[in-house]
Amino acid sequence: MDFGFILSQSLTQAIGVTAIIYCLAAIGLNIQFGYGGLLNFGQVAFVAVGAYAVGVVVVEVGLSLWLAILIAILAATVLALLLGVPTLRLRADYLAIVTIAASEILRFLAKSFDFLGGSQGITGSIGGDFSDLNPLPDWERFELGPISFTRVDMWLVLAGWLVIAILTVLTFLLMRSPWGRVVKGVREDEDAVRSLGKNTYLFKLQILIIGGVFGSFAGMYSAIAKGAVQPDGFVPDFTFFLYVMLILGGTARVMGPLLGAAIFWFLLVFVEQFLKEGVSSGVITFISTTQIGPVRFILVGVGLMALIVFRPEGILGDRKELMLDAR
Amino acid sequence: MPADAVIGNAAVEALKNLDPHPGVAKPDPVLVADGVVRQFGGLRAVDVSHLEVQRGAITALIGPNGAGKSTFFNVISGFDTANEGTWSYNNQTITNTAPNKLARRGLVRTFQLTKSLSRLTVLQNMLLGAKGQTGENLFSAIFKFSWSAQEQANTKRAMELLGRFNLAQKSADFAGSLSGGQRKLLEMARALMLNPDLVMLDEPMAGVNPALKQSLLDHIRDIREEGTTVMFVEHDMDMVRDVSDWVVVMAQGAIISEGTPASVMRDQRVIDAYLGAHHDDALTDSGQSLTTAEETDA
Ligand SMILES: Nc1ncnc2c1ncn2[C@@H]1O[C@H](COP(=O)(O)OP(=O)(O)OP(=O)(O)O)[C@@H](O)[C@H]1O
Ligand SMILES: [Mg+2]
Repeated sequence: MDFGFILSQSLTQAIGVTAIIYCLAAIGLNIQFGYGGLLNFGQVAFVAVGAYAVGVVVVEVGLSLWLAILIAILAATVLALLLGVPTLRLRADYLAIVTIAASEILRFLAKSFDFLGGSQGITGSIGGDFSDLNPLPDWERFELGPISFTRVDMWLVLAGWLVIAILTVLTFLLMRSPWGRVVKGVREDEDAVRSLGKNTYLFKLQILIIGGVFGSFAGMYSAIAKGAVQPDGFVPDFTFFLYVMLILGGTARVMGPLLGAAIFWFLLVFVEQFLKEGVSSGVITFISTTQIGPVRFILVGVGLMALIVFRPEGILGDRKELMLDAR
Repeated sequence: MPADAVIGNAAVEALKNLDPHPGVAKPDPVLVADGVVRQFGGLRAVDVSHLEVQRGAITALIGPNGAGKSTFFNVISGFDTANEGTWSYNNQTITNTAPNKLARRGLVRTFQLTKSLSRLTVLQNMLLGAKGQTGENLFSAIFKFSWSAQEQANTKRAMELLGRFNLAQKSADFAGSLSGGQRKLLEMARALMLNPDLVMLDEPMAGVNPALKQSLLDHIRDIREEGTTVMFVEHDMDMVRDVSDWVVVMAQGAIISEGTPASVMRDQRVIDAYLGAHHDDALTDSGQSLTTAEETDA
């Protein structure tokens, strides 16, 4: 077995485009769920809106990517208002139901409208304006220790982590402020915060919008990176992976989504490559090549269960904080 | 504050000359409730035909378990919706007004089952109570310089209050790590961060040890001296007698008696409905105290 290859593949995925997409969406979910306690089970809807907005505006309408990004942000805001205004005055579980339903409705709508590309989705040079900005020298490959990227991928990865850095700093600034204190208070006990004169409804609406807009960045980034928007990428599993990453990294921790997304993809690819190498070299005989896909999820799932048992607060979490509710 | 103290005393003096009967008009009411009804199915949990609360005084609300005291607090403070009735605060109608609006206008309440924000520190709990914070605006929040001075002033005031409530050394701990009694103290201190005009405390002394109860009583008197009207629910009649200027008695949703502590405790209806016949006996010798306790609870 070539462990060097397995490792470099896993590391590439841990900081690569897919991890960045999930990380962006998880930063938004961390604000909503981690800090604010909002049960948003349809974060993927915001990702889809971001992706479709840039896809339609750039490919179908033919406007510039930068205008498309503005429109996508607006669209995500509108979606947050549509979901939040009627439900955020109600009990917390209503938002959960409405968001998961909305994300599926949006996916089916996208599949049935021709101008959204139907079940084929939208394909085209969505990221053209973005590639034109590539400042990197014209090298064959960019070597980073054990891993390497092409010029196009390197630019994508750099830009992706730059956006992640900006959103993370923004999260940090917001959460150390009195505004962030109210948001955390809402998570703990909304009525207590109302009795202290805060309009909790407005705060919840604000975090739904902010987290949703952050989520739409994941969609835009995915559309730019892949040059395509496919409806079946936006299944509910996407949102549940985000929750896994948050719990893995540590909820309500500024760096939680980053660590969670990177480790999740590292593990998933590591297990996959390990099994592949094992099967092809004849070391592993009890599964076949076609079973590798499901088996890696089983193994990663078992690993996550172990995490919940031995470190329920996640990697960055605070055990003391978690145990408070057990009293 | 000598000037306020004089007002407080005048308000208290005025109460002594009132004819004590349910719904009696007060010289300077801060809160007036009319025909307030809250029904749960067939149960009229609250059915208050008229109640005025004197400004600057300490009013105790007592009554048996299930009398509707907490429900009345919930309705007045906007956490529950009344089926009927109107009520006003500082001469302005506040019928079914949202609790956050009332809190900003100075009507602040605490809860019988404490609502401490577990995964915030004690100090953060306190700071949440401060009014008019620039840093609570989404855009100002990003720029620390725009709110740090205000935050410092609020922190100073919060630490002073925490000191008064014996919680200063706990300020950096999670509120969830406090004991039940400490949470009661924190909730009361947090309510005071809003500089309330009228503070409604639902059993502030339940589960607080005797020595601290005494100092809590002193705090409640201090609050009154600072010009704040206090209304509180309490089952410990010694505390009620000690601190309150006026007592309102509820039973089965309605107000059955009102008056100074002494006059209320002589009222036969109150003795029948709430106090029990032996309420004046010391709870020392065991045989007697058991029956007394049972009768009081009934
Ligand atoms: N949400 C509710 N649904 C149904 N019934 C309720 C509800 N809240 C209160 N009640 C009923 O209303 C009555 C008054 O309850 P409340 O909590 O106001 O009593 P209380 O005077 O505060 O009693 P205690 O001294 O025990 O705190 C009780 O009979 C209670 O069962
Ligand atoms: Mg009660």
